[in-house]
Amino acid sequence: MTTFLGMPATAPRGVGHLRGDTTFPRAARQALGNEQLRRNLRHATSTIRGKSSRVIAELPDWQELRTAGSAIKADVMSRLPELLEQLEARVTERGGVVHWAADANEANQIVTGLVRATGSDRVIKVKSMATQEIGLNEALEAAGIQPVETDLAELIVQLGNDRPSHILVPAIHRNRTEIRDIFLAAMPGVDPSLTDDPPVLAAAARKYLRETFLSTRVAVSGANFGIAETGTLAVVESEGNGRMCLTLPDTLITVMGIEKVVPTWRDLEVFLQLLPRASTGERMNPYTTMWTGVTPGDGPREFHLVLLDNGRSAVLADEVGRQALHCIRCSACLNVCPVYERTGGHAYGSVYPGPIGAVLSPQLTGVEDNASLPYASSLCGACFDACPVKIDIPSILVHLRNRVPHPPAERAAMRAAAYTMDRPRLYAHAQRAAKLARIAGRRGRGLPPPLSSWTVSRDLPAPPDQTFRDWWASR
Amino acid sequence: MRIALFATCLADTLFPEAAKATVRLLERLGHEVVFPLEQTCCGQMHVNTGYQRDALPLVKRYVSAFSRYDVIVAPSGSCVGSIRHQHAMVAAGQGERGLAARAHDLGSRTYELSELLIDVLRVEDVGAYYPHRVTYHPTCHSLRMIRVGDKPLRLLRRVRGLELVELPAAEQCCGFGGTFAIKNAATSAAMLADKMTAIASTGAEVCTAGDASCLMHIGGGLRRASSGVRTVHLAEILASEA
Repeated sequence: MTTFLGMPATAPRGVGHLRGDTTFPRAARQALGNEQLRRNLRHATSTIRGKSSRVIAELPDWQELRTAGSAIKADVMSRLPELLEQLEARVTERGGVVHWAADANEANQIVTGLVRATGSDRVIKVKSMATQEIGLNEALEAAGIQPVETDLAELIVQLGNDRPSHILVPAIHRNRTEIRDIFLAAMPGVDPSLTDDPPVLAAAARKYLRETFLSTRVAVSGANFGIAETGTLAVVESEGNGRMCLTLPDTLITVMGIEKVVPTWRDLEVFLQLLPRASTGERMNPYTTMWTGVTPGDGPREFHLVLLDNGRSAVLADEVGRQALHCIRCSACLNVCPVYERTGGHAYGSVYPGPIGAVLSPQLTGVEDNASLPYASSLCGACFDACPVKIDIPSILVHLRNRVPHPPAERAAMRAAAYTMDRPRLYAHAQRAAKLARIAGRRGRGLPPPLSSWTVSRDLPAPPDQTFRDWWASR
Repeated sequence: MRIALFATCLADTLFPEAAKATVRLLERLGHEVVFPLEQTCCGQMHVNTGYQRDALPLVKRYVSAFSRYDVIVAPSGSCVGSIRHQHAMVAAGQGERGLAARAHDLGSRTYELSELLIDVLRVEDVGAYYPHRVTYHPTCHSLRMIRVGDKPLRLLRRVRGLELVELPAAEQCCGFGGTFAIKNAATSAAMLADKMTAIASTGAEVCTAGDASCLMHIGGGLRRASSGVRTVHLAEILASEA
C-alpha cells in the first residue's frame, strides 16, 4: 500500500524536538549517575502505577475497552484521508478555518502568521505534545511573540529553561525545592518570600496565570481528539487551565496531529474511559472541553485548526510501525517501563520519551536520526500490557531494529554466529573452542569490547566441563 | 509420552545442568526424551537485535529438526516465546509462506517446561525434594510473552522441603534483555542492582527462574557482589530428589 501524498517522509531537521544531541546509552549513563533523579522518578512512577492499576481493576470490561480502542484506531488508520476531509468540511461549515501543515516548519509558519495577524505579541498555551514536537514556542519567540504555558508542570519546564521529561507530567524530574527556585528566578511578579510548600507554589502559579488569562487575546492548543462527523475538537485535562485558554481568548489556534481524528462522537465513549484511568489513575479527568467551530457570543470569535503531518504519512505506510500512531498520549507505558524509571525522559532526546517514544520518534525522524532508540528497551513487554489501546510496542521495536544501520563489527559477528548455528557440527566445535578460550582467558574477565561491558558489573559463569550435547552423546 | 527436547543454545553450551535436569525429570515421570541432533538455536538473539534475515536459516533449522515430533519442550520461556511468536513472523516477512505455516503449527506444540508439566502431562507434584529457602523470579517472556502465569509457583509449592518466599516487585525486568545488557550496559546494571536488592530482602538461599539467560545475568551480578544467594534453574529444583 502506498500513502504517498506529497508529504515529506520525515520531520525536518533543525526544528522541533524529536532528536537528541547524543545516543540513548550515553545520555542514559549520565542520568543514571543522578541519584536524586532516580528517587524522584521511582516515587512518581510507582505512585501513578498504583493509582492507575487500582482504578483499572474497578472496570470489569477493561480488556474489551482496550480491544475497542485498538479497533477504532485501526479503522481510523485504514481510512485516514477520508476522515480528515470530513473533519475539514465540518469544521469549515461551523465557521472554523482549516490549515494543512506538511511538517514542523510549515506548521510554525502558519501559527506564527495567524498570531501576527491578530496583532497580539503574547499567546497562552494549553499543554500540547504536538506543539512541543514542532518547537512552536521557539518559533513564536523568534517572531517576537511570547508563548506562556499554562499547564502547571509545563510552566515549570518553561520558566526553568528546561525540557519536558514525561508526556503527562513534564516536570516529573523536579522536586518542590527546585520548583520554588525556578519560580523565584523566572516568574514575573512572584512573592520573594515564596516557600516550597506545594499549596503555596500552586497559589503563586495561579495568581500569575490568572493575570495572564485575563490579559491575553490569543490561545494555542493541541487536541486529544477531533471528531470527523461533527467537526468537534476535544481537550481533556486535570487543572482547568486548558478550559480557560479554550474559552477566554478571541482567537483559538489548535495544532492537531492528523492521527488524532476519530470517526464519530460515540467513539469518544471508549477513549474517555481509557485515557484517564490509564494516564492519571483517575476515573474521569476533571475537565473535558469540546468545541465545534465558533459560536457567536460564546467563546473565541475566530478558530483555526492546523492539521499536522510531520512524518506521520510515512509512519502510516509501514504496516507494522503504523500502530505507533494509535497512541493517545496517556503515558501508561512510561510509568511501567523499567528503563524509563531509571533513565528519565531526557535520555530519549525527544519530546516523546519512554517506550512509545522509542518507537514513534525514530519513525517520525527516520531511523537513522534516532538509531539507538529502538534498542532502549529490554523487550520486557510491560508497556504492551499497560497500553490502553494495545499497541504492541515490543514488536514495533523489533521491527525497527531491522531498519536501523548496524555497526559493521556487530553485523559481522551476527552473520558468523548465524552461519555457525546453522551447522550443528561446526557449532559443537565452536562450543568446545569457546570453552577453551574462556579457560585460557582466565574465566572470561578479559572479554573484548563491546562484550567487556558485560563484565563491568557481572561475572560470567564458569564454563561447564561438558556441553549438554556431549553429555547426551556419552549417555 | 515421547517428548523432544530443545535444549536451547545457552543451556547446551553454558548451562547443561538445566537441560540434563529436564531429561532426568521427564524420565523420572515415565516419559521418553529424544534429542534431535540437528538442533542448535531458536534465533531469538538475531531477531531481537535486528537481524531477521540472518535468523531465517535458524527458523528453517528448528522447523526441520522438530516437525516430526508431537510435543517439544524447552527449559526456557524466552526461547519458547520466540518460537511461538516470532518464527512465523520471520518466515512470513521474507515471503516464506509455507515455512510460516509450519512454524506457526510447530509453535503451538512447543512448550516451556512448566506448561508441559501442568497443561500436557497434568502433573503438579513432580516428586521433588529440595530443602532450601527459594524465591522465584518470573522472567518477562515467561510472564508476558507466553503467559505461564502461576504454573512454576504451583510446581514449586509441591516440592518437599522447599520454603517458597515471595520476591518483591517480582514482575519487574531484571535488566537482561539479550543484547540490551551489552548495548545499554549501564541501564541494565541499574535494573539488575534493584533486582538483587529485592532478592536479598527475601532472605532466600536460592533464586530460581525458568530462563537460563536471566539467571546468567542475575547470577553473574550476585557472584560479583559476593552475595550468598545462588541461582538455580527451575528444572534443576524440580529434578532434585532426596
